[in-house]
Order: sequence, then C-alpha cells, then structure tokens
Amino acid sequence: MYPSEFEYHRAASIKEAIGLIQRYGEDAKLLSGGHSLLPILKMRLAQPRHLVDIARIAELGQVTEQGGRIVVGAAARHHQVHTSELIRSKLGLLAECAGNIGDVQVRNRGTIGGSLAHSDPAADYPAAVLALEGEVRLEGPAGARSVKASDFFVDLMTTAIQPGEILTAVSFAPLPAGAGYAYLKHRQPASGFAMVGVAALLTLDQGGKCQGARVGITGLGAKAFRAAAVESAINGKAPDGKALADAAAHAADGVDPLGDIHASPDFRAELARVYTRRALEAAAARARR
Amino acid sequence: MAVIPKFVGERIKRREDPRLIQGQATYADDVRLTGMLTAVILRSPHAHAKINSVDLTAARKAPGVVCVLAGEDVRDSIATLPCVAPAERIPFHPTLAVGKVRYVGEPVAVAVAADAYRAQDALDLVEVDYDPLDAVVDPEKAIVDGAPILHEEFGTNVALNMSVPSPAMDEAMRNADKVVRFRIVNQRLAPIPMEPRGVVAQWNPGQRHLTVWSSTQIPHMLRSRLAEMLKLGENRIRVIAPEVGGGFGCKLNVYGEEALVAHLSMRLGRPVKWIERRRENIAGTTHGRDQITYLEVPIKNDGTVLGIKGRFICDMGAYLQLLTPAVPGFSALMMTGCYKIPAISFEQVMAFTNKIATDAYRGAGRPEACYIAERVMDVVAGELGLDPAEVRRRNFIPKSAFPATTAAGLVYDSGDYEQALDKALAMVDYKTLRAEQDAARKQGRYIGIGLASYVEICGIGPSAMLPPKVQGWESATVRVEPDSRVTVLTGVSPHGQGQETTFAQLVADALGIDIDDVSVIHGDTAIVQYGVGTFGSRATALGGTALMMAVGKLQEKLKKIASTMMEAPPDQLVFNQRTIALASDISKSIPLQQVVTAAYDFKQPIPGMEPGLDATSFFEPTGCTFPFGTHVAVVEIDPETGVVKFLRYVAVDDCGKIISPLLVEGQIHGGIAQGIAQALYEEVVYDESGQLVTATLMDYAVPRAEMLPHYELASTVTPSPLNPLGVKGVGEAGTIGSTPCVVNAVLDALRPLGVKQIDMPLKPEKIWRAIKAAHKG
Repeated sequence: MYPSEFEYHRAASIKEAIGLIQRYGEDAKLLSGGHSLLPILKMRLAQPRHLVDIARIAELGQVTEQGGRIVVGAAARHHQVHTSELIRSKLGLLAECAGNIGDVQVRNRGTIGGSLAHSDPAADYPAAVLALEGEVRLEGPAGARSVKASDFFVDLMTTAIQPGEILTAVSFAPLPAGAGYAYLKHRQPASGFAMVGVAALLTLDQGGKCQGARVGITGLGAKAFRAAAVESAINGKAPDGKALADAAAHAADGVDPLGDIHASPDFRAELARVYTRRALEAAAARARR
Repeated sequence: MAVIPKFVGERIKRREDPRLIQGQATYADDVRLTGMLTAVILRSPHAHAKINSVDLTAARKAPGVVCVLAGEDVRDSIATLPCVAPAERIPFHPTLAVGKVRYVGEPVAVAVAADAYRAQDALDLVEVDYDPLDAVVDPEKAIVDGAPILHEEFGTNVALNMSVPSPAMDEAMRNADKVVRFRIVNQRLAPIPMEPRGVVAQWNPGQRHLTVWSSTQIPHMLRSRLAEMLKLGENRIRVIAPEVGGGFGCKLNVYGEEALVAHLSMRLGRPVKWIERRRENIAGTTHGRDQITYLEVPIKNDGTVLGIKGRFICDMGAYLQLLTPAVPGFSALMMTGCYKIPAISFEQVMAFTNKIATDAYRGAGRPEACYIAERVMDVVAGELGLDPAEVRRRNFIPKSAFPATTAAGLVYDSGDYEQALDKALAMVDYKTLRAEQDAARKQGRYIGIGLASYVEICGIGPSAMLPPKVQGWESATVRVEPDSRVTVLTGVSPHGQGQETTFAQLVADALGIDIDDVSVIHGDTAIVQYGVGTFGSRATALGGTALMMAVGKLQEKLKKIASTMMEAPPDQLVFNQRTIALASDISKSIPLQQVVTAAYDFKQPIPGMEPGLDATSFFEPTGCTFPFGTHVAVVEIDPETGVVKFLRYVAVDDCGKIISPLLVEGQIHGGIAQGIAQALYEEVVYDESGQLVTATLMDYAVPRAEMLPHYELASTVTPSPLNPLGVKGVGEAGTIGSTPCVVNAVLDALRPLGVKQIDMPLKPEKIWRAIKAAHKG
C-alpha cells in the first residue's frame, strides 16, 4: 500500500512528455488522473522509476471543435466531458456515458485518455467511443498518427499504443441530425464499473426505419466491441419492440463473456442482451425523423 | 440573559460534527510525536502454510530501517492474543506467526523505519520460505474427518460444540401439525469502519510508562489485556482512544498490532506508529456473521409456532479473538424473536477455518437470530397460505406478558410488539398495498412486501451474564468546575454514537444549565475512571444511567449547600436557569455559581461535608433491555436482470425513551444501510484455496447512497423499567430489523413463481437464476 520510490516529472508540453518517455523507456509511466495507476503503484504491482505527469499540459485538457470534428483532449476529466456544452450539443452520447462513470470523486479526477489507454474491460468510455466511431490520436517520437476506435482496442488491457507513444486526444464527427442515443449500464456494485455497458446510437430514415445503428458494448468480454450482428439486424427495420428485441438477442454473439464473483459469463451475456434492447429502445425513442 | 431551553428530547445537532467535518479531529494517524517511527507489517499470502524459515538479513540492511522482526523474535515478549469467551479449545494466537500461517493476511513480520515507504521497501526484502498446505474455508467441511487441521495440537477444527437440548422441544414436535425444515446462511461480512485501525505507542523509559493511542472501542479493557500481554502493571499503561472513525464491533477487540507496536516502542525507546491500510483492514480485522443454521420448526395449522430447533455451524476463522466464540450464543438465545414460542433447543458447532477470525459486528449474533425468527415467520406463512403479518400477530408475546421470560430463559424488560406492527402497517396502508401487489402481479410485475418484527438485546448485564473480564456495568464521573461549568468523564468510548451530545443534554437539563456549559470527555484511561466501553448498544442505557447517578449525587450536595444559604429544605429546591430555586416559586433563587463557589472556597464549612463537586458512579444493571420494532420493505424486481428496486422502506422502532431524536434517526439510518447491505450486496468471499477475493472495496460492495431507499421512520415509546432514563439502545436496531425485512420482500415478490429460498446477498444474478429456474420448472 506504499508505492516504491519514483521520480516525479511534470511535463509542460506534449513534446516534453514524449521526450521524457523516450528517455526513461520502460522505467517510465504516464500519470494523468491516476485512477488506474495509483492503486497499482500502491500494491507495488508496478514499480516504475519515473512518473511523467501529463495532466497539466494545457492543450490536453481542452475540448474543441476543429475542422468539423470535436476533439477531446486526453486529460479532459470525466466531469468536464459530462458537462461540456459542446459535447452535450453535438456528442450527447459521450456526455451521457461520462456522467455514468464511477462517482463524483472519480469523475473529477479521471481522464478520458487514461481510461482509453488503460482499456479496462469494464470501463465505460470504450463502449461510447466505439459507437461514436472516435479516432484516437497517438503522438510519439516519430510523429502523430490516428487510430480508429475499432482498431484501438486490441485485447484485455491492450491497445494499439506503441511504446513511446502518448494518447493525446480522441476526436469524433458530430452526431447526425436527429440521432437518438443512450448509454445504459449495469453497475458492478462495489466498483461502479460496468458489469455490462451498452452505448447505442441510431437515426431514423424518412420512413421511420432505423439506419446507421451503432452499438458499442463494454464489460462483457476481454475488450469493448461493436456489436455488428445487432447493428445489421436493426438497420432497415422499424424500431418496434420485436425488431429491437430480435436484434438485441445478438448482443453477445461471438463473444467469450467474462465471469467473476459479481456475474457469471451466462449472466453477463444475458445482461448484454437486455441492456442492448433497452439502449436501443431508448435511442429509438429519442431519435427524430 | 437568554432563557436556557430544555435539551432532552429535542432535535439538536451533534456537537461532535463541526470538528469532524472541518478536519479538526485527531485520529490515530494525526498523532505525531518527536522521533516517531512507522511500522509496516508483512502479511501471509497463503491461507495455510508451514513457515520453514524467515530470512530478515537483507531487510535489516535496507536503508532507513531501524528494526525488522518476525514471530520468533517476539513470541517470548508478547503473550498470546486474548480470547476471554469460553471455548473448549483456545489456540495460542501469536502476534507474528510462528511456524505456520493460518489465513491470508496473518501478520508474519514487521519493519520499522523513518517512514512507511522505507519500511515497505525493507519488507520487500524479507524472504519467507513457505510450504503451502491444503486450506479449508467452508466451516461445514472443516468439521468433517479428513479436513486439513489448523491447530495440530487439537486434532480437530472444532473449537466448541455446545448442545442445549430441551424436553419441551420433544413435546412441541409431538404436538405439531407440521414441521418446517430449512437451512439459512448468514454470510460473512466485513465491518469496514470509515477509519481503519491505527496504533501509536510511546514508551517513556525514565518513567517506565507506556502510552498507547489506539482506534478502539474499549480503551480500559485494552489496557487490562495489554498489561497481561506485555507483563506491565496497569498503572504503567495509559490507553487513549483518540477520535475513532467508526468501529461497528471490529474495534471491540484486542489485536496483535496493538501489543506489537507497544512492544516495538519499548524495544526501540522511540514512539512507533502503525496505520492499517484498507486492504489490511479487509484481510486482517475481524469479520462478522458467518453462521449456517439448519432449522426445524414445529407448527400448528393456525400458524402457531411451537418451537425452534437450530443446528448452527459457526465459522470462527483461524484463531479466537476477544469474544469470537461468544457471538453465536446470542443468535441461539434470541432466535425466538418477539414470539411466545414455548420450546427452543440448539446445537452450535464452532469451527476453525483458514480465514480471519469472526467476532462482533453491528448486532453481533442478534441479526442472525432475527434473520432466523423472521424467516421462520414468513416460511410458516407461506407454508400455510396465511398473511405474514397475521402469523406474526398470532405469535407475538402479548403486551400484558412483560416482563416476559422466553423459552431460552431471557427476561424481556418491556414491549408492545403489536403496536409497532400496527403502526408500520398503517404507514404503508397494508391492505391497499396488498391489493396493489395483486393487481401488479396480474400485469406481470414482481412486487414484494417484506415484514420484520424484531427484538434485540442491549445493555447486556448484569456482569455475571458476560464472559470473564468483560463487565456489564458502566461508569461516570461528573465534576462541576469552580466556574460552574461541568466536565463529564464517561467510561463509554463513543466513536460516532454522539454521547458528547446526548450526555450533555442530560446533564444540562438536570442542572438547569446550557448544553455548552457541559463538556464530555472519554477514551483516556489516565483521565477517565475505569469503564467498559461502547458496544452492544449499551452506552446510553448503562453509561447514561451511571452519569445520572453521579449527577444525582452532585444535585444532592449542591442542594444541601444551597439549603443553608436559602433557608429552605433541600427537597424543595430545583435547578433552573443556572440558579437553584424554590420549587414552589422559582423567582426565589440563588445563582448556581454562588453555591459552586461555596463548595470550592469552603469559607463556611458544612459539618460532615467535603469540599469540591466531584462524583463518580458505577451502574450495574439488573438485566438487559430489549428494543424492538417492525420494518416494512416494498420492492420491485426487474425479472430480466434480477435487480431489486425499493418502492418504500418504513421503519417503526422502539428504543424506549428518546433523548436525542436526530441521533436516534442517524443510528437507524446507518443501521438499515448496513442491514440492507447484508441482504443485497455485501459478502466476504474466499476462494477454495483460501485466497481473499473481495480484498478491496472494488470487490467488496459497501452500498452507496444510490443503492439505498428513502427511509420513512416512526417510533413507538415503551420505556425500559430497568434504568431511570427508560432508554433501551438503538445502535444496532436498524441493522437487525432491515436484513430479514428486505429478504422477505424479495422472496414475497417471487412467491408466485414458487421461489422459496435464495441465500444472501440477494444479488441480481441469484434472483435472475431463481426466476429462470422457476420458468423452466
């Protein structure tokens, strides 16, 4: 419960942070909100010699609109994402998801970049970022690159981030006009993490049929994923109860569900189906033709 | 001058709170002494293992380290940890493991350094060579032949096997129309006080005097046991319970760390601090509950319960802590609840397992008992197709029967169980509610109504009823200072209960002074006369009575002095608005200060009277108090997810007379929260190999506000005849009534499906599975 000794570096810029990471290599860890890292340090499960604090790099904490996309800096706190006017008006699903993370204290400290980079299988954000088809910006000594959310989450707590790279932002196209969305989760009672979390997004065409449905699911498997079978089952259908339920029945298709003391694989799969249906229902109810 | 109001019975805010919420309280970790060192403890990663060797060589060379010790280094200096409750087999309980470890989290070594980081660095260098052994975590498996044995010297894992048969039970079985049989489990819970444990010790070699600050509920008892463990005179030890951030029973104990930190200070001649971390708290501080009960209940077809027969398997954990084997006794004695059940018999098998010891946890034996009694009532109602409220009513001990002697031999002081039930039923409009439930069921909704009529036992006494070295009395000293302000020294040791407020209310009213004229001191054995402590909802019933006895002595003395000054007989004088006045005409008075000054300055001595205004009383009760009440929960189950949603939560509690309504409500709120937590959320889980799975608050589900209902509270007032205040106790009531009430509500919701039993905690998955199985079946 007492971390081993480390040297603390507060980076003033992304460039400086990249330089520090490059200099110390595997001896360094990035510190942002600290919500995943600090418990690991306290248990001495990780004993990095250097912590590079990127939470106070001004540009990382901003939410801006650039070239028609909304860019959320990696160090934006959950509370900030939840309450940002820009995000609320153009990326309501992300704001709703952020407001469902942990509790007030967690939301005041935790950052979106930290959550995505840590890629806990039960984290909330990945579901919404997948459904919103976000693009993760990674910057390293070789420059910057963009990775689609669908390529970013690789496996259990494993992402596309390469050694030396820093996740600096995640960007999104604004929601289409009239889009309906919902993020619903079944909370793990102790941690508040998602036993299952479903982010659903859809629009309705002139005839009132679903189109462009996108469903991101977290908590169920080793990593968050897009429920393609659900999406294809609902697109082109009127969002009546049966159609949504039939589509949601595919929520756990092809996924190897996690099991622990809080929920068995069977139950998680069932929760995924139920919450997917409910999220689709809520999204459909909010969608405008 | 402003008129001083009356305080007893008024909704006044806790006087403790401003310092607590402004960071001005002094907890153990706030004690900072010159030259102080910090100790960190290495704990066993194994549930059961032989220790071949402990190599401290490298650890002792670590930078900044002053001392590293393991079991062999202290076993001759510190005696076994005490268990004062009777048991057939009480094992040697070392402060640091010797030869073997028996649970995950058992202390193995300690490092002392300038700070905790250096100490932890040193511990990382300790090399312990373990031979892992098979572990046993299930108490039912621990007591069968061939189970791994924890304490080889006993050749068995049975700490105590107690059988209390009853001829009345045989008769009840013969006369029964039916015998209902079922098994219930009170799962293992972790108390999780907001502040974990913490100890600071300072040995003064010149004075040969030890001061120990410990986050404890029992400073005096701790001093007595430390004196034995460390072989010091009690007059050489001062124990201070500084601000204590909750205990819930887990600090009603004597822990190895308390003796170890004291020993380290004596050994090193420097102050030493140890602060428990949350992971240590969950692994290494006593747990509660963990009882399995097989019940046989002979009944008549009209719902009359003729007896309750229980076979208990009680999980002691690896060692016996202070009162470990005493806790289950209350479960058996109280399992007939508030019902006139003529026969009781029980067997209790207390088993050693590779887990931390169990001991008192809020309710300590009575929540388990109430869970039995209140499940019995609902099971009987279900079996006979009767209304659960009606079954309770038919079995209640009637108001006219008090004081009532139960089949277990307890004497219930006072009660009116039907009144509390009626009030609770009226609050929920029970008839309409049942009709709404029927209508909802027809729509496919699962609404459940759960009742629990509880009775519990508080202020346990007389002393002969308690184990050796634990007393039933309580003490108080009251001092009117020369400026007529009052100091109270109470033997209880509040750690959230608020006696700094309630005791000041009592004294202020008794002496006609303002509440701010009274200060209440507790938790320091060098200042306060010997006391017993705070546990078992005893502080106000016993400590408050001792306080009023001491106040009475001072009232008498003050009146006697005033009588000489006013030329009126003492029995015609009253305390009013900082004066002593004629009862018949309070305008005829003299200032209290004048009388106090006379007592201290003593210029006109009164024959036979000593100077000063200081009185001490010890109150030994003649019996226990028995608070009671009825809780009603209305829940709705989401059949797709098994999630339980509260629609209503009504609690009618009777704790006798109420001194401080706001504090009573606070106690009930917190109690209900913890009781609901047992019903729905909390469970300590060890896996088969004895690893603690719920090792952090990321997995051990202490409820958040959003997981709890809005409470609708009401009370009835049935004074206790056993103390002059008429109070009973309220610290545990909420915990005791709420657990069965919520379980009954959930099972009532599932009744149409034929679901009869789900073991706590009623997690969504268990409910979902029960529903699924019912649909299949």
